[in-house]
Formats: sequence, C-alpha cells, structure tokens
Amino acid sequence: MPTNGVPTKITQGSGTKGGIGESTLRPDGTLKVTGEFAYSSDMWHEDMLWGQILRSTVAHAEIVSIDTAEALATPGVYAVMTYDDLPAEVKHYGLEIRDTPVLAHGKVRHHGEPVAIVAADHPETARRAAAKIRVEYRELPVITDEASATAPDAVLVHEHRDDHHAGHVPHPNIVHRQPIVRGDVAAARGRADVIVEGEYTFGMQDQAFLGPESGLAVPEEDGGVHLYIATQWLHSDLRQIAPVLGLPEDKVRMTLAGVGGAFGGREDLSMQIHACLLALRTGKPVKIVYNRFESFFGHVHRHPAKLYYEHGATADGKLTHVKARIVLDGGAYASASPAVVGNASSLGVGPYAVDDVDIEAIALYTNNPPCGAMRGFGAVQACFAYEAQMDKLAARLGMDPVELRQRNAMEQGTLLPTGQPVDSPAPVAELLRRVKAMPMPPERQWESSEGADVRQLPGGLSNTTHGEGVVRGVGYAVGIKNVGFSEGFDDYSTARVRMEVVGGEPVATVHTAMAEVGQGGVTVHAQIARTELGVTQVTIHPADTRVGSAGSTSASRQTYVTGGAIKHACELVREKVLELGRRKLGSYHPAWAHAELLLEGGKVVTDGGEVLADLVDVLGDEAVEVEEEWRHRPTEPFDLRTGQGNGHVQYSFAAHRAVVEVDTELGLVKVIELACAQDVGKALNPLSVVGQIQGGTTQGLGVAVMEEILVDPTTAKVRNPSFTDYLIPTILDTPTIPVDVLELADDHAPYGLRGIGEAPTLSSTPAVLAAIRAATGLELNRTPVRPEHLTGTA
Amino acid sequence: MRVHFTVNGRPQQADDVWEGESLLYVLRERLGLPGSKNACEQGECGSCTVRLDGVPVCSCLVAAGQAEGREVVTVEGLADHARQRARGCGESGGSCGTSLDEAKAWKPDGADSQTGEGGELSPVQQAFIDAGAVQCGFCTPGLLVAADETLERNPNPSDADIREALSGNLCRCTGYEKIMDAVRLAAARQSEGV
Repeated sequence: MPTNGVPTKITQGSGTKGGIGESTLRPDGTLKVTGEFAYSSDMWHEDMLWGQILRSTVAHAEIVSIDTAEALATPGVYAVMTYDDLPAEVKHYGLEIRDTPVLAHGKVRHHGEPVAIVAADHPETARRAAAKIRVEYRELPVITDEASATAPDAVLVHEHRDDHHAGHVPHPNIVHRQPIVRGDVAAARGRADVIVEGEYTFGMQDQAFLGPESGLAVPEEDGGVHLYIATQWLHSDLRQIAPVLGLPEDKVRMTLAGVGGAFGGREDLSMQIHACLLALRTGKPVKIVYNRFESFFGHVHRHPAKLYYEHGATADGKLTHVKARIVLDGGAYASASPAVVGNASSLGVGPYAVDDVDIEAIALYTNNPPCGAMRGFGAVQACFAYEAQMDKLAARLGMDPVELRQRNAMEQGTLLPTGQPVDSPAPVAELLRRVKAMPMPPERQWESSEGADVRQLPGGLSNTTHGEGVVRGVGYAVGIKNVGFSEGFDDYSTARVRMEVVGGEPVATVHTAMAEVGQGGVTVHAQIARTELGVTQVTIHPADTRVGSAGSTSASRQTYVTGGAIKHACELVREKVLELGRRKLGSYHPAWAHAELLLEGGKVVTDGGEVLADLVDVLGDEAVEVEEEWRHRPTEPFDLRTGQGNGHVQYSFAAHRAVVEVDTELGLVKVIELACAQDVGKALNPLSVVGQIQGGTTQGLGVAVMEEILVDPTTAKVRNPSFTDYLIPTILDTPTIPVDVLELADDHAPYGLRGIGEAPTLSSTPAVLAAIRAATGLELNRTPVRPEHLTGTA
Repeated sequence: MRVHFTVNGRPQQADDVWEGESLLYVLRERLGLPGSKNACEQGECGSCTVRLDGVPVCSCLVAAGQAEGREVVTVEGLADHARQRARGCGESGGSCGTSLDEAKAWKPDGADSQTGEGGELSPVQQAFIDAGAVQCGFCTPGLLVAADETLERNPNPSDADIREALSGNLCRCTGYEKIMDAVRLAAARQSEGV
C-alpha cells in the first residue's frame, strides 16, 4: 500500500509486536472462516420459541379492528400480542424523538409497520399464525413527497407533535429544518461570470447488510431479560428497550451477538423489544430472525432526496457563491432525520472554500418507509449534487473539472459555511492530484486472442456486445464527511482495561461495549493495548452492558472515540503499573525514580532502552484495572436561523476517479476501475483501512448504477423488497479498486487518526455518474442510473 | 418426517422435520451446524452455499427431503474436505473415511475454544484470513465453499474466472478486492504446494 505524509509520533511501546500501524489479522478471523462465529441469527436455546411480526399491508390507515382469536388457537402458539398487551406506560421508542410505536396504535403510518407479534414453537407455525390475525384497515390518503406533505390541507403524519423540533419547523410534516447562511449570496451573485443550476434526485438506498435482523431474548429469574443481539450501540438500545418493558435498565442485560454488517441500518431498534416482550410474556427464550423480505421493512434506509443547487463562479473558476435547497424524505418516523439534516446542510457545499452560502435542508414526515442512518449520513446525497454542479461549472467555463476543484479546494484553516474553521489537514487538492496521477486501465481490456471476453464488457455473460457501441468515460469527485457525533452531542466512550499475569505472561483485557459489526474495531483495540501496555497477549472481552457505553458504531467514530478511550485507560493502567513497580522494585535502580519509563515487549524499560523489570515480576499476583470515560473535543449546536456554530469534531476526505464503459445502445454500464485516494490521518491497521475504503467505494458504486428501493408513488408501498429485485453489486459488477492512502496527522485525535469508514462512500457515486456523463454526453440528474436513462426510453 | 444424510463425512439423522424445511434450516437448527448462513433464504446471496454430492448449491433452495441419502459438505467440514482431497480421495465431494491407523493416532486438534486458533484450516480458509477478505464474515462461509470448489475444478483461475465463479455470492463489506486477493493467494499457495 502506498502511504505518505507526516508520520505520527509514537513513543510508547513502539517496539511491541502487533501494535498500531501493523496489519495484524482479525482476532475473530478463524472463527469466521470455520463457521463457528456465533451471529445473532445462530443463537439457540433449549425450549426456545420463535417470534414473528405481523406487518401492515398498507402505508397509511386507521386500524378499525384486530382479531387475534384464530392465531391464538393455533396449536404450537404460545402468545399473540398487540398494542393493548404492552406492559408499561411507555409504548414508543426512537433514537432522538420517541415517535415510533412498538406496535401500531390505532393507525399505521408506513407499509410494513409492526402491528402484532406471535411466539410459537416452530418458525413456520409462527408465520402461519401471524397470517391468521385479522386486521381491518380504513385507508387514509398517503403523503409521499414535499408537495403532498406541506399542502395546506395535508393530513398530518403525526398529529400531536411535542418534540423539540416542533416549534421551529414551518409545517408539522417537516421533522427538522436547518438553514446555513453565510455572507451575502445576492451580492456575490453579481460578481459571478457564470451561474449553473441543477435539480438532482437521489434514490432510496438500502444498507443491505447480509446478516438479517435477529436475536435471542432469555427471561431471567429476577424478572429481567437477557438479550443477545446484533446492534450498533448496545446502550442506546437499552435506553429505548427498558422503559417499554417496564423494567429498570439493570434488569435488561444485553450482550452483543455476532453482527453481520450494519452500515447504519442497525442504529435503530428492529426486533429487540418484540423478542423481549414475547420472552417475558411466555417465560421462555424467544428467537426472532427476519428473512430478507422482512429485513427490507425492518430497518430504516438512506434518505432519498431532491436537491436544488445554484453555483456561481468568476471566469477564472473561483466560486462566488452556492445556494442550495435539500429536501430529504424521512418517511413515517423521525429516526436519525434531524442529524442527517444537520450533515446535509453543514456539508452542503462540499470540500470547497466559498464565502457566500445560502443553504436550507429539511427532512419530511411522509408515509414512505422510515429513513435514517446509512454510511455517509446526509453528506452522501449532497456530494452527489455538488459534484455534478462542479462538473457542470467546469464545462461552462471550459475548464478541466479536476483543476476547477483544485482551484476551490478547502485547506487547513478554511471556514465551513457554518463559520467553523477546519483545524486539521484538508488535503483536498492533493487527493485529487493523486487519484488523477494513478495509471489508467488499458483500453479495450476485453480483447483477447480468442475474441472478446464478454465477462469484461457491459452486459457481461448476457453476451450483449462484443465491443460495438461501447464508449469509455472518465469522471472525478471528492467529498467531505464529518467524523463523530456533531452538534453538541456528548459523544463519549468507555473502556475498561485490566492487566494481570496469566499463565506466566502479562495479559491485557480490554472490555468495551463497542459493537464490532465487521469493521475491525476488535483488531485495532488489541493493537492499541499492545502499543500502550507493551504486551503481546490481549484479550478482547465480549461487548455487553456490564461496562459503560461505547457510543455508536457509526459516524466513522469508533476507532477515534472508543480507540481513544482504550488508549486513555491504558495510559492510566500504565501509570498504576509503574507505581506498583516503583513501590516493589524502586530501590533496586535509580531509573525507577528519575527516568521516563515505558512498557515494551513485556518489560519496563527506560526511554534509553535499559530494561528495569519484567512485567510479570512487577505485577506478581496483582491485577491492575481501570474503567474510564473519554471524550473528544466538545462541539456546539448549529444556530437554528443561521446555521453558524462549531458543530463538527473532525473531517474525512476521499477522492475518486471512475472509469466506465457504456454500451450506449442498450444503456448498460460496466465500471472498469474505481480508484480512490483518501487521507486517513494514521492507518492503525493498513489492511483494514484499505478494506474499508474498498467496501465503502462499492456501496457508492451500487447506488450509482443499480441500488434503489422503489416505492409506489400512489400507494407508498415498497415494490422490490428482495435481493431478486433490489440489486447490490456482485463480484462481476465491482471493478478493481486501487487505493492510495495519505497519512496527514490530525493533532487533535489519538495517534493523529481520522475516522475513515464513510468518506469513500461519498465521492464514489458522483465519480461514476461523471464518468457515465462523459461517456454519453447525457445530463443524468438522478441516481441510480438505469438503462432507460441512457437510452432515452425512461 | 425423518431425514438421513451424510454431513462432512458423518451420517446424520433429523427427526420431526416439517416437509417445508430447507436443508439450510435442518443444518442450522436441527443439526447444530449454523456455519451455513441465512442472508436471503431465496437463492440470491450464496451465503448458504454447501456441496451436495460435490455440487455447490444454495442450501436454502434445497428441501431437506431432497438431501435424503446424499452427501453434504458445509463450511464446518471444509478443512477436512480439503485434507482428504489433498490425499486424493473423495473426488465427488464425499469422504473416504478414517483409516484405523488414523483413528488410533487421533488427538484433539488443539483449537482454542474461544478464538478457534490452533486448528488446521484449508488453504482457502487461511488465505481469506491472511488477505483481509473477512470483515463481518456473514458471506464468508458460502464464499469459502464456492471458492474451494472453484479451485478444485480450476487450480489456476484467471481473474475473470474467479469473478464468474463467485458471482453468485454477495458480499456487502469488502468490495470483493480482498476476496479476489484471497482466492489468488490460495491458488498460488496450492500450486507451490504450500
């Protein structure tokens, strides 16, 4: 992997094998390749029952009646529950706004909303019993877009809002509105030699993690429940689950089961409360596993968006102003919509320096599927639009699109439209330079001595072309993503680190509630402990709620925040170990009192390299343990009228170059290569860093050319809830993804690292779109692009 | 109904199987072999791929009754399968059993019960770990069974061959690059006899 930049200063433990900066292998790798790793859907318990959810068949309706008698009479059925059976006063949940009913009450607001739950001794029995529940609906008009949501006589999706956004939104069907106003756009417009406008549409993307929503709830003797669950944030789940069960939080124990991917889709609750309710009702363990069809209804999606942009520039290509309006469809429940609005607006001009900005972002309440967190979180939709605008501007100015971007690229010190200075390296121009400098894939790669290899052509094995009508195009894009929770959120993590001698060797145990969802947090946590404590053996304790919150595995934040918490706890453990050493052995050597001491290779050493003691002797039979919370720098909310405020913690930048080949006759696209350059601050595990960049890039590719949840605009019903109809990239759709990693340290962050997981998802999509535009000459204002958009038959 | 078949070389029997149950369900829920995964249960994702009489199939699309009397290899048996193939037996994907000498020489494989480390892996399993092809790992069992079968048929596949062979296996985490690396690595090690 090519790396470059300023190396981060590492003094402590740099001589210990398997520390940060090495591509150590995953601690769960062996279990995952042998099939022994226990995912949430693999949980099993003697005498367990299977839970099933009955979901609404319509998007918006009053519930006239629910008849569960026949379902309850089915042999093998142990329980059927509806809203009326909920045990506590609290009957709703939600990440920020508690607006989501555990089971529908009087009304359903979107297709697939949970109405009733069943527990039975076989999953098929549970499914058939659920199908016997008779629900009578009286359908209501559906709200599906901005026009229907904000019409004067619009039906309100939520009638009696009392949430903290209700007071400042212009209409009750708007969840949240955030303007960002800086400078004077009207005056700046006067200085513009060129103005380009555009209206863009971003389709609804699904996280499509492969491990279905699932878990096992086991009732406990004290009246509590133990939930084994795949989630992104155990403590956030706990805070939402316990009140609905009518239990104190200490009676709801949660252990992270194996998580088969997340990408934002597990930030909200899915089957957690339902499984617990059925377990407490029946007194038996209850397992719930969604199938793929249900999974499409069981989690929020990426907000589809309409984006209206105006960019102005002088003749030499300097941006004069950006004006934008971003309308995100939040669907029936709030989920993470307010924070998505904050990101889309504050990052709405992209990684560019512009003084005069006027942005408005809103999220709607509609009867479409609820939307919330997905990798890139609001910044993705904006990037698709502002990068299309930059290309449009370059074309109008007759400039090279990369040069135009570089001429306006933000740098360290540039002010965001929120007035916040970017106070760490912002190598936007450099990333573009690097990605452009990467060697181009050869032309006509499909040609071989035996004729065309159709597998490398658009249409692939469908054998639709041997090169006729195939045109190549190249496109570029760059993006900016915030890292960590913004807008004043108390974004902390907790780590418990213990050091003791086990089997004659010093061993560190790291216990956090961090959700490992595949990203490799467990790998880097062990690396941090090795680096800080100078030990080889590190045990990663299973994540559960017996330790304090780690915050969410989202917002590219876990290596930064939980990694930071582990580093901090290790430093405290190290001090205690050295104190112990001074007490026990200090009289043997003056260096104990006077020298800078390090832990390295299982020993206490001076900074001059002299070995003072073995950790085994220092520790003896004592264990040293610390549990501490750790926070990054505080942020502040955006002003509700102007959007000004130091709302973000850190930024992550990536640039892409896409090379595509398009069969212009059939509208089929083959992405040939998708090169990425990204600044990661410090690559704690280079192998994992590249894996994250390639994975994020591919999700961006998916929403460029194939991925979209189709919602019928007249009924608000989901039309393609399956992997047959909702396509994600296969290995044949995915090109080679060369990666160039830049390491410019952020001095505010542990080891100088940057959160990396999301940035590559941003610029991938607009780069592919730009390449298709270059190949076809078409305007293409929506993503994903489908064949009919390229052939003019849409 | 009662179903008998051989799984990873051992005869198995499942009782009280409802006729609608898939082979995947019986493996996962009745035989204690949850390694084969349930990502879509409609034959689109390949996470449940097993060998049925040597042929890779989506076990979610095979009715349990269809497996009656047949030989199944799952990810849990992949290491043994590869070992026996290396010895030149079980061409059809089945097993040639354990010789008396081998049985006498049997020792626990020394695998750590927490991390699984210490047990012997098949070349393709080891390559997936070494190349960084595992992230969340949910696609991994199916990909391993498919990749192992690919290399059995074609020890020196081109990149286009690998992509074609694995096109029925979805992965959402990796962007497939490290999976390509892993299969190339396994092929290279195999040809070097490592």
